[in-house]
Amino acid sequence: MSLATNFLGIHSPNPYWLASAPPTDKKINVLRALEAGWGGIVWKTLGSQVKNVSSRYSAVNFNGTRVMGFNNIELISDRPLDINLKEIREVLKEFPDRAMIVSLMADNDRKSWHELIKKVEDTGAHGLELNFGCPHGMTERGMGAAVGQDPEIARMVVEWVMEAATIPVITKLTPNVHSVVPAGKAVVEAGTNALSLINTIQSVTGIDLDTFVPNPYVAGKSVFGGYCGPAVKPIALKFLATISQNPVTRKVPVSGIGGISTWKDAVEFMLLGSTSVQVCTAAMKHGFRIIEDLCDGMRNWMEEKGFETTTDFIGKSVPTLTQWEDLDINYHHIANINQDKCIHCGLCYIACEDASHQSIALEYGKPYNKYTIKEEECVGCNLCQLICPVTNCITMVEHRVAPEYLNWKDYQQLGLPLNDH
Amino acid sequence: MITNNRLTGDQYAVNFADIHPPFETHDAALVEADRCLFCYDAPCMKMCPTSINIPKFIKQISTENIKGSATTIFSSNIFGAGCGKVCPVEKLCEGACVYNLMDEEAIPIAKLQRYATERAIHDKWPLFKRKPSTGKKVAIIGAGPAGLSCAHVLSREGIDVTIYEKESKGGGLMTYGIAAYKVTPEFCNDEVEYILSIGGIRVKYNRELGKNVSLEKLQSKYDAVYLGMGVGLTRTLAIKGEELEGVVDAIDFIYQLRDKGFSSVPVGDKVAVIGLGMTAIDAATQAKRLGASEVSIVYRRTHAEMPCTQHELDIALLDGCKINWLSAPKEILGKRGKVTGLVCSVMELGKPDASERRSPVETNETFTIEVDMVIKATGQIPFVDLVMQNGLENDKGKVRISDNGRTNLAKVFAGGDCVNGGKEVVDAVQAGKDGARGILEFLGIPASNVEPTYNASTVSPQKGNLPDIKLLRL
Ligand SMILES: Cc1cc2nc3c(=O)[nH]c(=O)nc-3n(C[C@H](O)[C@H](O)[C@H](O)COP(=O)(O)OP(=O)(O)OC[C@H]3O[C@@H](n4cnc5c(N)ncnc54)[C@H](O)[C@@H]3O)c2cc1C
Ligand SMILES: Cc1cc2nc3c(=O)[nH]c(=O)nc-3n(C[C@H](O)[C@H](O)[C@H](O)COP(=O)(O)O)c2cc1C
Repeated sequence: MSLATNFLGIHSPNPYWLASAPPTDKKINVLRALEAGWGGIVWKTLGSQVKNVSSRYSAVNFNGTRVMGFNNIELISDRPLDINLKEIREVLKEFPDRAMIVSLMADNDRKSWHELIKKVEDTGAHGLELNFGCPHGMTERGMGAAVGQDPEIARMVVEWVMEAATIPVITKLTPNVHSVVPAGKAVVEAGTNALSLINTIQSVTGIDLDTFVPNPYVAGKSVFGGYCGPAVKPIALKFLATISQNPVTRKVPVSGIGGISTWKDAVEFMLLGSTSVQVCTAAMKHGFRIIEDLCDGMRNWMEEKGFETTTDFIGKSVPTLTQWEDLDINYHHIANINQDKCIHCGLCYIACEDASHQSIALEYGKPYNKYTIKEEECVGCNLCQLICPVTNCITMVEHRVAPEYLNWKDYQQLGLPLNDH
Repeated sequence: MITNNRLTGDQYAVNFADIHPPFETHDAALVEADRCLFCYDAPCMKMCPTSINIPKFIKQISTENIKGSATTIFSSNIFGAGCGKVCPVEKLCEGACVYNLMDEEAIPIAKLQRYATERAIHDKWPLFKRKPSTGKKVAIIGAGPAGLSCAHVLSREGIDVTIYEKESKGGGLMTYGIAAYKVTPEFCNDEVEYILSIGGIRVKYNRELGKNVSLEKLQSKYDAVYLGMGVGLTRTLAIKGEELEGVVDAIDFIYQLRDKGFSSVPVGDKVAVIGLGMTAIDAATQAKRLGASEVSIVYRRTHAEMPCTQHELDIALLDGCKINWLSAPKEILGKRGKVTGLVCSVMELGKPDASERRSPVETNETFTIEVDMVIKATGQIPFVDLVMQNGLENDKGKVRISDNGRTNLAKVFAGGDCVNGGKEVVDAVQAGKDGARGILEFLGIPASNVEPTYNASTVSPQKGNLPDIKLLRL
């Protein structure tokens, strides 16, 4: 059994790459990451010279958990190109077995792209990632998300790139669009060898209630930043799924990104079609040491499931994501409360009472009330189960309405009753 | 030898330091506040005699609405700060926390309550406003938890309140009875000041009902009277040697300690404490903390029947107090008028009595403990004479009341220890609220400000699962 990953001929001992960001912006940390065991890295985006502002990060905390969502207004690499190139070469020499992808964002003309690609390829890097996603700072100059948001511009830039590139090209998509498919299709048609997604999502993480200035605070002002971290995972998974479903975009391998913090998150991205996964915020929050459990957890899970290689499960969940009208209306399940596990917190009751179908009975007790499901009332919405603080205390038990599959279209045709709840 | 000044100032400070220290930082409070599940119709709240909306006040700490949190607490319990330090929470709110059912640590409700309320008291937040005076006047006997709680509710409704208090300080047993490592004199003073800061409450100190105040006069001068005078000293043992020098009453011993300062209170070298209630534990631990070298608690029954909680017993055990189970005092020995020993009978458990506890029965065996001080802590007795003289219906001196604190006398209401015979501060606070409700009803004033103690309106009952209203305190 092995985690070894082959992404367009780029080999890495495991599917975990560090995403293009501060953890990959210079030799010292990249060496430490590779020593720790990361499968590869996407070097912090290289391009024209920039200047960062000082204060640049902010976060969203939730109920005591810090950095549930992370936000930045940082630009591409603010170190001289030559130093970056020299360091990439040195890292490659020390860790030839790891994936070395370099992220690029050239000025918006053919010549700049060609020159930059040439210089980077000279280092011996294994692949290129085109940053069409950065939502701040660079867009104002017609780069980053400004490219990724317009499929035709993206197509044009990828065409320029493909004229010059001799190593695999991954195009990184922006999520700041209603669908990633149009841009994805355009760049695949233009010849990109692979896709990666998502970059960060434009956001305002919060406002200081004393100064009235949103964060991050920069001398009395702020700007929209790019949101990432655990909070964006569901959005990233959705975008990834649309790429895996589309007949054009699904032809190329995908590197999944966005909120991956645990091996479980990574498996989910892979089940929806990612060949490799990239991590940024989790490494920024905890350091490189998380790689140990990222690998270990995935390995143990694979062993349990009997998977020999990651390709055994990549994309496995894609077919189960269907259209609403194909769902089986005869499938019905009902909540069940395990009274031995119940701690009588009443959270299921009040949620169902105030926000669902008033399907839980309360039998008063001092101090502990007893809660039971009114089976005939329960629509099976899952709300109580989601809210219950005890694992497996509330379970959803299947009670089919009828044995046969019945979807919405058939249901309408049969003239079956609507609005019956 | 019985003597005071056994320890240095530093030693006293260490021995009487706050047994339940507060959160050091806001972050520390947040960690615990965020753990709270925000239960619906929360078990903790049901176990609070004053029905503080605990999930709500904890959530308000989480959202950094500390003022709102303090208001939530004080609306139900104006002694919310003190209760956060003295309540036996292990058998009340925290004992019912649903985390216990997951074998997880309960939410430190008392500590969180203290976090919100101490800031309110420290910063003197004016959280309550008194309504314009209604012109109605009410007299209250006793500035303890029951009296002050009643006074605060009444004042909010625009009643002019006068409290007659026999001591020179307010707070009742909070100030004069409760263990010194739970509350400091400064805290008790600040808490009373904070309660009185609403205005409309005048306290006449050093005035004692039955001595320089008469109930009849109060009945004629005021629109209503509330009795919250608590209970008196410990019952006598009725054994030989009780008159010897060195036999003291626990209530009196603790009163000295709380009133005069640690170094001035005399304590024996080897001390026996009789009883195992809250008062006995407090007397034993504090005797030890004052510098007694050996403290032996003498209790008639077994661990299974003990009136104190395990938590309190553990405090005494950790302080190095010894417990003699199944032993009853038989005779106090003395030499030249001073205590030298305590003879105890070895007991065994007989048949269950009226309280369904098995009664201890004397065996022929005895043993003697060598002691120079005996502290009696076998339960306080009500002010029987005062109650009888004034024609109050009673139950062995405990004033008898019907709904909302009404006594048999016209205009006279009562509550707290003087009615229940001695429970906790939190029960007295609720009794004060109940009495205030009764008085307002009697005076025909709508009690808009009296927080419903168990907010039945938040239990949105459906047909068939209405909570049993009789069980709810309204
Ligand atoms: C040693 C000891 C330890 C305790 N520890 C705890 C504890 O840790 N936690 C807890 O919750 N409870 C504890 N209690 C119980 C708690 O103190 C009482 O239940 C509570 O104080 C009762 O309040 P109250 O207002 O009814 O009576 P009190 O607190 O007794 O107040 C009565 C007031 O009336 C005054 N008074 C009495 N007679 C007259 C009169 N004739 N005229 C005018 N004024 C009068 C008194 O001076 C006093 O101020 C303890 C009690 C004792 C004795
Ligand atoms: C501080 C910071 C800087 C970033 N810089 C870049 C960058 O230069 N180029 C790029 O393609 N993505 C950049 N990203 C986006 C990340 O590579 C990644 O796509 C995104 O953070 C989502 O992954 P995560 O949820 O694991 O953080 C940056 C992210 C952060 C937090």
